[in-house]
Amino acid sequence: MSGSSSGAGVEVSGLGKRYGDVVALDDVSVIVQPGELFGFIGPDGAGKTTLFRILATLLRPDTGSARVLGLDVVRDLWAIRSRIGYMPGRFSLYADLSVEENLRFFAAVFGTTLEAGERLVAPIWRQIAPFAGRRAGALSGGMKQKLALCCALVHLPDLLLLDEPTTGVDAVSRREFWDLLEELQRGGLTILASTPYMDEAARCDRVALVQGGRILDVADPRRIGERFDRPLVAVRAAERLRLLHALREHPGAGSVFPFGDAIHYTDARADRSGERVAAELRDYLRDRAFPDAEISVVRPGIEDVFMALMRPPAGAAA
Amino acid sequence: MTASAARAEPAIEVRGLTRRFGAFTAVDDISFDVAAGEVFGFLGANGAGKTTAIRMLIGLLAPTAGTARVAGFDVATQAEQVKRHIGYMSQRFSLYEDLTVRENITLYGGIYGLSDDAIAARTRDLATRLELERELDERVGRLPLGWKQKLAFSVAVLHDPRVVFLDEPTGGVDPMTRRQFWERIYVAAAEGTTVFVTTHHMDEAEYCDRVSIMVDGRIAALGTPAELRARFGVGTMDDVFVRLARPGAAA
Repeated sequence: MSGSSSGAGVEVSGLGKRYGDVVALDDVSVIVQPGELFGFIGPDGAGKTTLFRILATLLRPDTGSARVLGLDVVRDLWAIRSRIGYMPGRFSLYADLSVEENLRFFAAVFGTTLEAGERLVAPIWRQIAPFAGRRAGALSGGMKQKLALCCALVHLPDLLLLDEPTTGVDAVSRREFWDLLEELQRGGLTILASTPYMDEAARCDRVALVQGGRILDVADPRRIGERFDRPLVAVRAAERLRLLHALREHPGAGSVFPFGDAIHYTDARADRSGERVAAELRDYLRDRAFPDAEISVVRPGIEDVFMALMRPPAGAAA
Repeated sequence: MTASAARAEPAIEVRGLTRRFGAFTAVDDISFDVAAGEVFGFLGANGAGKTTAIRMLIGLLAPTAGTARVAGFDVATQAEQVKRHIGYMSQRFSLYEDLTVRENITLYGGIYGLSDDAIAARTRDLATRLELERELDERVGRLPLGWKQKLAFSVAVLHDPRVVFLDEPTGGVDPMTRRQFWERIYVAAAEGTTVFVTTHHMDEAEYCDRVSIMVDGRIAALGTPAELRARFGVGTMDDVFVRLARPGAAA
C-alpha cells in the first residue's frame, strides 16, 4: 500500500450515481491495493457496470470521489485513460476487421504499436496468432474475449477494468482466461473484474459482493465461509425435485437450494449444531420415503455465502 | 423423468446428423435420443458445434446428412411442423423490451397460432402463476432480470410444446436467479415437457437427467452426470468437461 500516485490502486469513497429515479450506486466505498486481483460479484443491475464505467472515466459520479492509480476520475480523466485497459461487458471490437487489424487499430488509437505492446500482449497473442487473419466476428466466444483482452493491453496499462469478461464463454476457455489474468497479475498489473461465475470469484485475492448499488461485504474468498453463521448440510437423493420440496416443508427449513449434484440446506434455528441438524433430517427423510438419502455437514463456499447475503432481509427464513 | 414417459416415443431422435460448411464439418455424424419428459444437457466448448446442431433440430438449418426427428416430425422435410411443436428460448431472453408483458404474450400467442380466447386465458393464467398481475401493462424492459427470465420461459412454452430448447438461458445470471430458473425447468419436466438445454455453468450440468458433451463436432461423451464423473474418475462435471474439451480448446 503506497500513497504515491505511481503505487496506488483504486480508492473509491462515498460514490453515488443515479439515472433519473433509479439509484445505480449508493454511497460505495472500497479500496483496491496495487497489484491486487479484485473481484466484484452481484446480481444483474447491482451497479457493477456503473462503477466500472466511472472508474474508466466514461461516466461522472453524482457524489463522492474515485481515484485510479492515484488520479482523480473527473479531474485527471485523460491521464487515467492512457494508463488503464478497459473491457466493457459487450463485445466491443470491430467484427468486420481481422484479429490483427483490431489489435493494430487499438494500438494506433493509443499512439503505440503492436510490437511496442509485446511485453504484455505476447502470452495471449501466442494463443490467437493462428487466427490473425480471421474476422473478429467469426471467432468463438472464448477467442473473442482473449482478443478483447489483448486490445486492452496493447498500450501497456498499469490497471485493468474487466466487466464480466467471460460471460457466455465455455468452462475451459474461462479457465484459460483466468490463467492469463493471474499471469498478468504476477507481472505487476492491478486487475478489477466482475463475474457471475463463483469459481472465478474464488480465484480473486478479495471479492466485493454488490447488490442494490451497495457493497454488502468485501472478503477473501478463501475465508468467506467464516461469514456463514450456521451449519450447512448437503443432501443427496435420486428423486431431486421431491427431495427439494420435502426439505422446504421441513419445519426448521431456512434456505434450501440445488447445489450441483446435492441440495444445500440450512436450518432457520441458528442454535443447532450441524450434527444435530443432519440427524434430524435423517429421521425426517426416512419417514418421507427417501431410503437413499445421503446427508453430510459441509463447509460453505463462496456461492453459499453469496446467496445468504443476497436473500431479502425479510425473507422466508423466519 | 417418469417411468411412463420413458416408455413413450423419444421426443428427439438423432441419427448420423451432419452439417458441413464448405470444407468445414461443424456437426460430424452425431446420434442420440432424448426421452419424453427428460432434462437433457447439451454441453460443449464455444465453437464445438452446439449452435449448428440446435439450429438443425429446431428446423432453421438443413442437415447435410443424417436425420433428426423432433416431437415426431422430421427436421428436414417437416420443418414447419417442428417449429409449431417446439418452444425456443435463446441466450438470456427473447422478449421485446419495448412491449408490455401483455403485448409480448399476445404477440407470441399469435405467432404460435393460438386463438384470441386462448391468448386471453393464457395471459390470465400466466399473470397469476408468475405473480405478474400488477406488471401486465409494464414494459418488459423495466422488469428485473429474474422476472424477464421467468416470463421468457413461460412464453417459450405458451403453446404447450412437447419439447423446449433453451440455449444458454442462464448466461451471465447470478446464482439465486439461476436456481429459480432451474426450478421452473424441473416443474416443466415433471409436467411432461422435454427440456433440451445448453449451459456453461457446470454445476447446472448436474441438474440434468443426462448430458452430452460435444467436442469438435462430435459427441465425445453421453450419460448421466454420475456415470460421466465415474467414467473419468473425477468429482465434478467441470473436471469431466475440462478433460474432454481441452484438446479442442485452442480453436
